[in-house]
Amino acid sequence: MTTTPARATYLISGATLPNGARADLLVQDARITAVGTNLDEGLGITTIDADGLVALPGLVDLHTHLREPGFEQSETVLTGSRAAAAGGFTSVFAMANTMPVSDTAGVVEQVQALGDAAGYATVRPIGAVTVGLAGERLSEIGAMAHSRAQVRVFSDDGKCVHDSLLMRRSLEYVRTFDGVVAQHAQDPRLTENAQMNEGALSSELGLKGWPAVAEESIIARDVLLAEHVGARLHVCHVSTAGSVEVIRWAKSRGITVTAEATPHHLLLTEDLIRSYDARYKVNPPLRRDEDVQALREGLADGTIDIIATDHAPHPKESKEAEWDAASFGMVGLESALSVAQTALIDTGLLSWADLARVLSQTPAEIGRLADHSHDFEVGAPANVTLVDPANSSTFDLGRLAGKSTNSPYLGRTLSGRVEYTFHHGYPTVRAAQVAPSDEIAAQAEAWKASN
Amino acid sequence: MRHLLSTRHLSRDAAIQILDIAEDMAEVSNREVKKLPTLRGKTVVNLFFEDSTRTRISFEAAAKRLSADVINFSAKGSSVSKGESLKDTAQTLAAMGADGVVIRHQSSGAPQLLAETGWIDAPIVNAGDGTHEHPTQALLDAFTMRRRLFGTTGGTSGTTGGTSGTNGGSRGRDLDGISVVIVGDILHSRVARSNLWLLETLGAHVTFVAPATLVPFGADTWPAAISYDLDQTLAEVKPDVVMMLRIQSERMNAAFFPNAREYAREWGLDDVRFQALAPDTIVMHPGPMNRGLEISAAAADSAQSTVLEQVTNGVSIRMAVLYLLLSGDREALL
Repeated sequence: MTTTPARATYLISGATLPNGARADLLVQDARITAVGTNLDEGLGITTIDADGLVALPGLVDLHTHLREPGFEQSETVLTGSRAAAAGGFTSVFAMANTMPVSDTAGVVEQVQALGDAAGYATVRPIGAVTVGLAGERLSEIGAMAHSRAQVRVFSDDGKCVHDSLLMRRSLEYVRTFDGVVAQHAQDPRLTENAQMNEGALSSELGLKGWPAVAEESIIARDVLLAEHVGARLHVCHVSTAGSVEVIRWAKSRGITVTAEATPHHLLLTEDLIRSYDARYKVNPPLRRDEDVQALREGLADGTIDIIATDHAPHPKESKEAEWDAASFGMVGLESALSVAQTALIDTGLLSWADLARVLSQTPAEIGRLADHSHDFEVGAPANVTLVDPANSSTFDLGRLAGKSTNSPYLGRTLSGRVEYTFHHGYPTVRAAQVAPSDEIAAQAEAWKASN
Repeated sequence: MRHLLSTRHLSRDAAIQILDIAEDMAEVSNREVKKLPTLRGKTVVNLFFEDSTRTRISFEAAAKRLSADVINFSAKGSSVSKGESLKDTAQTLAAMGADGVVIRHQSSGAPQLLAETGWIDAPIVNAGDGTHEHPTQALLDAFTMRRRLFGTTGGTSGTTGGTSGTNGGSRGRDLDGISVVIVGDILHSRVARSNLWLLETLGAHVTFVAPATLVPFGADTWPAAISYDLDQTLAEVKPDVVMMLRIQSERMNAAFFPNAREYAREWGLDDVRFQALAPDTIVMHPGPMNRGLEISAAAADSAQSTVLEQVTNGVSIRMAVLYLLLSGDREALL
């Protein structure tokens, strides 16, 4: 076993911080204990040569499907958080559409405990807004908020809280616990059996259209409801140019709305569906190039607050099927940072500081994840991701670390590669290799004991 | 040509080659012994995930006239209804040594999946997939138009027989300048789509007529004129061909139009509209017809109607397609 000392000290030497400054970072007892130049390599310190690597605060994903309990053939908390580590994430928010649904304190505490034991990332469960995601009555939001899991994000993701009165009540009730409703904006009637973005291409391919208005109309209603009751609203996976406009308008009115875009909606377009390859089947669907550009601009001007992966693992048989029969969703944790660099840094739209904001600091704020993200101040929690921005390579199976392989990027050239991920001060990824799970479990145990 | 999946990606030369070979096949069908030995020893599988007796027996007749063995695989009552995947079905057929697969599937893109995944290495013929394409229907429609317009003799084949044409025969001809009006449920129609792409390739002008609810979203970018008004279109276009599409009764329940009476009144080829057509306007319908709904009995049974010719020609077209895909070195052909 290649276990490193449980409380090892690391000197990250010569990293480039998000603001462009070059610095050494000393990682000790799960904290960044020194930031400076020419820090001493003292005895027993493991030095990591970070020359040419960009250091980011550990990435935080507000939208992950870990599938456990219930769908362990697709992913488990362990394998999903391992995928997170591979992608540079140190925290993931696990969506509620498990089986049983995460709509009780028991289930969310179970998910959190599995995450703590695995140790690859800080797992924060998301609670269901309604019982069984059925959209009929509120789940025990208070019990989940006050449980050991301290749930602050509530979502029926996969299903839209489409009943207007229920959405109003949800916004109000969740506000009681300083939580936020993360809405999957999809009018169910306008999208019955919908398969891909509605447009000339869906008509040509004979796949039932998923109109942009089905998303935009729900967002418009929800921001007005949020304004009316004075509550926070978070919009999941915004996918259309019209949605960006509605949110921009809402923010200009002072409505407290935040929004996320997924990596795939920032890079891929509906044209890929000409192949009928179900790897490209996702909810919401891939849209037009105009939509991709609008989402990128929305991120650049702050209309869209964060990038969230909507990591959605599925077993092979769910994707090796005719388009109508295949499942919606793609894995995204392992590729997110590379996609973000390719779509946003390489195009000059965002800086590394912006990326630190949209992939770490702001998602942590929205999710009320305390003491996790940072701006490399001394004393900050040692959740750190080191990425080699100069590495441009073909994304292949070797990059995937979860249980499922339904990535739309396989065979595609992407920029950047995660070289190291530190969670609570211990490396979950070293030299682009994910550390073994028994080692990480031991590290997590040691971290827990010292807290 | 390795597979026939669509007309969208069929070149003009390949289309005309199929139409010309179908002329040869039509002559075979007129003989006393309606059979060629071409595909003797080959096995054609009709893989039908969706019921369509007409299309299946047309392919079956075509394969048998080429002396192929035919296996009909109907998804109903088979392992498919017990949850077998398309992949397993395809691999099973491959293991049985199918030389060609004719597939009808309710999911758009299923034939393309069979052609591109490597689950089976046989030529694939799309016999209708979802609301995507139905290429042999479009080919038989074009073949029917060409025969009506240009007759059946002439050209290069050197064979005899068939009725005499007035314009020097069909062989080698495209449909340059011909105007075709397609009326009805364009939204759900793979026939309309396949016809549009093929007719455009062959030089014809297509007008779609339908209520706005049954026009595909974004069809304004397609190479077709779009109209909501049948009377005005018939008066202005003076079409060479009017093609009526079948209206499915379940569309009425989904608010595409109020009821059959209103549909027939606005978009049906009733007696008045039929009589106002030029006497040489061809009336087509892919069948099965709803008499009295989208087409009146008088129009359907008139001399201008090609409904039964379309059925006959369907066999010739499917013979031509199977011949091209299954005989000899298919890579060397167009």
